[in-house]
Amino acid sequence: MSTNASALRHARYVLGENPVTAFAFGLFVLIVLAAILGPSVVPYDPLASNTSRALQAPSAQHWFGTDQLGRDIFSRVIVATRLDLFIAIASVALVFMLGGLSGVAAGYFGGWVDKVVMRIADTIMAFPLFVLAMGIVAALGNSVQNIILATAIVNFPLYARVARSEANIRREAGYIEAARLSGNGDARIVLTQILPNIIPILVVQMSLTMGYAILNAAGLSFIGLGVRPPTPEWGIMVAEGAAFMVSGEWWIAFFPGLALMLAVFCFNLLGDGLRDIVDPRRRT
Amino acid sequence: MKPEPLLDVAELSKRYALQPSGSPIARAIRRLRHGPEAVPKLHAVDDVSFTIGRGETVGLVGESGCGKSTLVRLIARLIDGNEGSIRLGASELTHIPAKRFASVDERVKIQMVFQDAGESINPRYTASDAISDPLRRLRGLSGDALRSKVEEAATRCGLPLELLSRYPHQLSGGQRARVGIARAIAVEPELLILDEPTAALDVSVQVVILQLLEKLKVELGMSYLFVSHDLNVVRLLCDRVLVMYLGKIVESGPAREVFANPAHPYTRALVDAVPDAKRPPSGRVRLSGEIASPIDPDPNTCRFVGRCPKAESLCRQAMPRLQPVRPGHQAACHFSSSGPQT
Repeated sequence: MSTNASALRHARYVLGENPVTAFAFGLFVLIVLAAILGPSVVPYDPLASNTSRALQAPSAQHWFGTDQLGRDIFSRVIVATRLDLFIAIASVALVFMLGGLSGVAAGYFGGWVDKVVMRIADTIMAFPLFVLAMGIVAALGNSVQNIILATAIVNFPLYARVARSEANIRREAGYIEAARLSGNGDARIVLTQILPNIIPILVVQMSLTMGYAILNAAGLSFIGLGVRPPTPEWGIMVAEGAAFMVSGEWWIAFFPGLALMLAVFCFNLLGDGLRDIVDPRRRT
Repeated sequence: MKPEPLLDVAELSKRYALQPSGSPIARAIRRLRHGPEAVPKLHAVDDVSFTIGRGETVGLVGESGCGKSTLVRLIARLIDGNEGSIRLGASELTHIPAKRFASVDERVKIQMVFQDAGESINPRYTASDAISDPLRRLRGLSGDALRSKVEEAATRCGLPLELLSRYPHQLSGGQRARVGIARAIAVEPELLILDEPTAALDVSVQVVILQLLEKLKVELGMSYLFVSHDLNVVRLLCDRVLVMYLGKIVESGPAREVFANPAHPYTRALVDAVPDAKRPPSGRVRLSGEIASPIDPDPNTCRFVGRCPKAESLCRQAMPRLQPVRPGHQAACHFSSSGPQT
């Protein structure tokens, strides 16, 4: 369709104008490719231990070296991308639905809806967020679903507040009154008038919290409240490698840490670029 | 026998409750000591009655904050009033709360053109999306029938069809105004409320838009309620005019007559404030003083008393009511005819 073609042209234009966004976008593509293709292209089985090759420094054979059980760190870092990205995307999608929708409802309807949503957000914000996530996972059990849920809950106030204030600004706008004159009820106005206009803002928020969600998932695994070994996961790998830093085997913790940092960095940079792409006022 | 009016507004009032001062605890203590406290109320629209005939254009003038916008939103059924009735043809509209009004048959009969056309179009809608919305929701059109209706409305309003795929930020002020008008007239309403439709436009574009509105009214047989600051426009376009001051209608009558012989001192001041090179500045009525507060006004004092050059003690003892001055011309002033009313 022509609208798709123009959106694509616009995206290319934005990326051309912002090299930083283009770089972040390239990194993002790389991460997604690693997540999709990773397990089928890595040179070694990420779970196969070989004690005769334990603790080898990075070399042509093992680009990132091997860990204490002789597993190839490069293969493990690449394979872990899928799990970490899945946790981040799932939790962000969940919080986008929960926080975005309830925030918009709070901002548009006001009254008791607003009070209930905002007090829930305040209650969550009263906890140190990582401790709250720990508590949720510890209480509900050590599973991927619960990590996703905990990460989503921890991010809830951020989404609810942003969505609420943006909806609140717009509920008196002329085009909302016009929509009402056109025969749209409240529910339809929220879904077709308000939500599409604040999605650009929520998308930026999503990109920023993606980085945080990855960190959160890795952090939970790091302290032993997340994915369990021997599953390759960046947080666990950093935790396992931390003990060997002192004795000089730096590569075990360094490379998964680097992957973690690059992923967070990439999502944070991507936020600004995405905002420009989805904002129709910058489309000419 | 006068013909049945299209719109009959009677004793319509809208008050907004304001937050009482003090913290919740201070208010609880006050309530315990003095009993239930009176919540201060802002009287935005106060006991307003008027009619609009079929095919008639009625102007509504008054300064900012006098309640014009609240009044038109009450009539457009975007908000609920506290008292009074709004009858459109044979049906009473105040029985249906504004919340549910979007889904009733009467919705299509009252449409509105907004002051700032740019702000009244969803930034993510193209011109065509904006014009389609009421047709789809209120007339149940879709597909080819919808597209031909949208194109018909755009053509009627002088909007080139190739602009239909544009977003509001890609259109000029005049083109946006045309989109706003096309959206309102597409469903062929009986009453079109125009809330300062030209206030945000260049003078040259204003004239074109006003001519367009005149043409549409005849073509579609609509009645207009025309809100404006511009008295010259009201004089040219309107059959009758309502002058509003602090939530009340202070004068109403044929536009020509009201502007030629204003009976209320406020209307006089409004007319005199219109720049006119031919008239010497001396002898004009100029208002001094501040506009009175609309919060809990004294029901037995004329709202205009603080600024009125004619004010006497009577004006502080009795609220003047709308009285006939000449046939079809009414004013709410104790001194509007010859002397004080008894």
